[in-house]
Amino acid sequence: MNANRSPWLLMAPGLLWLVALMVVPCLLIFSLTIFERGTYGGIDWHIITAENFRRAFDPLYAVILWDSARIAGLATLIALLIGYPAAYAIAKASPRWQTVLLFLAILPFWTNYLIRTYAWIVLLNPAGLINGLLQWLGLTAGPIPLLYNEFAVVLGLVYNYTPFVILAIYSALQRLDPSYAEASRDLGASAATTFWRITLPLTAAGVAAGAVFVFVLSIGNFLTPDLLGGGKVQMVGNLIYDQFLTARDWPFGATLSSLLIGLMMIILFAQALATRRAYGEGR
Amino acid sequence: MNTKKILMAAFGLVLMTGSALADKVVISNWDGYMPKDIADKFKAATGLDLEVAVHATNEEIMGKVTASGGQGFDVLFVSSPFAEALHKLDLLAPIDPAKIPNLKNLYPEAAQLKHDPGNTFSVPYAWGTTGLCYRSDLVKGEPSSWNDLLNPADDLKGKTTMLATDRWLMAPAFLAAGVSVNTVDQAALDKARDQLVATKKTLLAYDDTTFYSKLVSGEASLVEAWDGWCNYGIAEKPEIKYVIPKEGSDLWVDTMVITKAAQNPDGAAKFIDFLLSAENGKWVVENIMYKTPNKAGMDSVDPAMLTQYPNMAIAPADLLKYEQLRDLGDGAKAFAKTVSEIMAAK
Repeated sequence: MNANRSPWLLMAPGLLWLVALMVVPCLLIFSLTIFERGTYGGIDWHIITAENFRRAFDPLYAVILWDSARIAGLATLIALLIGYPAAYAIAKASPRWQTVLLFLAILPFWTNYLIRTYAWIVLLNPAGLINGLLQWLGLTAGPIPLLYNEFAVVLGLVYNYTPFVILAIYSALQRLDPSYAEASRDLGASAATTFWRITLPLTAAGVAAGAVFVFVLSIGNFLTPDLLGGGKVQMVGNLIYDQFLTARDWPFGATLSSLLIGLMMIILFAQALATRRAYGEGR
Repeated sequence: MNTKKILMAAFGLVLMTGSALADKVVISNWDGYMPKDIADKFKAATGLDLEVAVHATNEEIMGKVTASGGQGFDVLFVSSPFAEALHKLDLLAPIDPAKIPNLKNLYPEAAQLKHDPGNTFSVPYAWGTTGLCYRSDLVKGEPSSWNDLLNPADDLKGKTTMLATDRWLMAPAFLAAGVSVNTVDQAALDKARDQLVATKKTLLAYDDTTFYSKLVSGEASLVEAWDGWCNYGIAEKPEIKYVIPKEGSDLWVDTMVITKAAQNPDGAAKFIDFLLSAENGKWVVENIMYKTPNKAGMDSVDPAMLTQYPNMAIAPADLLKYEQLRDLGDGAKAFAKTVSEIMAAK
């Protein structure tokens, strides 16, 4: 009896937290999607409508969603290309250095996201440090546009989320039994073959987890496009923010949010499936 | 039985907090929009405690108030279109002139504002125009038209900013086309969108908060600006100048309103009366560098200030020539979609 009950008891705080702070708010948001914006903002509870969903499938919003996915996808790819070698190097370092290097990787989180983003404005602006250095070295004749464009947005996302990738891949590499790689080398495979055929496939779950972190956090981000994109780069996060606050159209904002939440759930589900399969094959 | 007891206890608690709140006034204002020691001064003048909450934008306080029906606040500071929307949502209490004798300090023009003639639900606190703020040493000639910003000369491309807040983002295109800043006519919206999509390619950024610093640093040469914010730039660099384009401006008005749900409506009226004193009106001009509809306050300002910041000297009668931004009502959806189209354009 007790043995049967204890898992539920142990899970209760976590489940409660999930239900109260995730499921209920999501349902609240979803419930708004069937109403209309009142004439002066707020919600008109008298009309039940599918109008919001019809509006959300206007090509305009699909383009914004696609742009967001493209920017988030690019940030994810770059974060993986930077994060994997970094995680590999950390995993190969002596245990003492591993602690130091991991500490350095998460050190930026000690500063507020907003302040770190503002720091990039100081670095990237036309009269900023990077442009000053480039001109001093004679590499560019005048300031080059580094800020208030898509480049700056992708840079900001990569900078902020790469540590997540490093941590996810590092933990996958830690779990990897070194005897697999040794066996591969003993059987005559080169270092490159061992990496491509043994190490990478066996850490795919870590790569997927890191990628999902970056992608999901990036696609909903609105601060980075606002500050580093100079408001000129619109992502779906900005669109939702604008609907809730500027246009005061909560039902439509809720509809866009629900669609984004749905998309994220599909991505997370696919990642969970992929992870399961990867571990299944690993054993 | 038990439920009843709990309910009664809860009810009693509400009543108790209600009476505890009776000698306290709760307000929400933009940060830095009143003297820092306002609570002490107000307490000394009236014996009432003042609790100040801060909102960053109209939209933020609007969200809070519509979600709670105005519970928890006595006085709010909002721009006129938001005061208008709150009034239409039936969330505001009427202004009783008998309880606010300092209304006499206002210019007669302050009671002729289109969103609320006679100040029946809102009392203006500061007002001004939106125009072009520029570096006279970096811009050739004097800008005189919104088109100087919308279709900039080659040497200004990448050196201009526009305000990011939707209504002011659209206003220059409306003014340049000679239509109302409150239009929701689809043809006018489409025309403004085409202009602003073309303009977007020439902009350094959309910027609501740091445009004057960009002028000071030389990052930008010509920006769309609220007059008071241009003054912050002028204070740091005298080469910065402000001009209202020939096509005109909007007249923006920041107002004080009393919520219908106010726990302390009398205290709220006392607070508004207190802020309408000549001394507090003068503080607005000298510290926020905005014009105020408070004549007694404007009159007590050092005339040298009006010379240094010429836009401070715009007469109230001239301000009234410009159209105020109004709540768009049902037109807001079409307006919001147009803004999204501009924001999504590359």
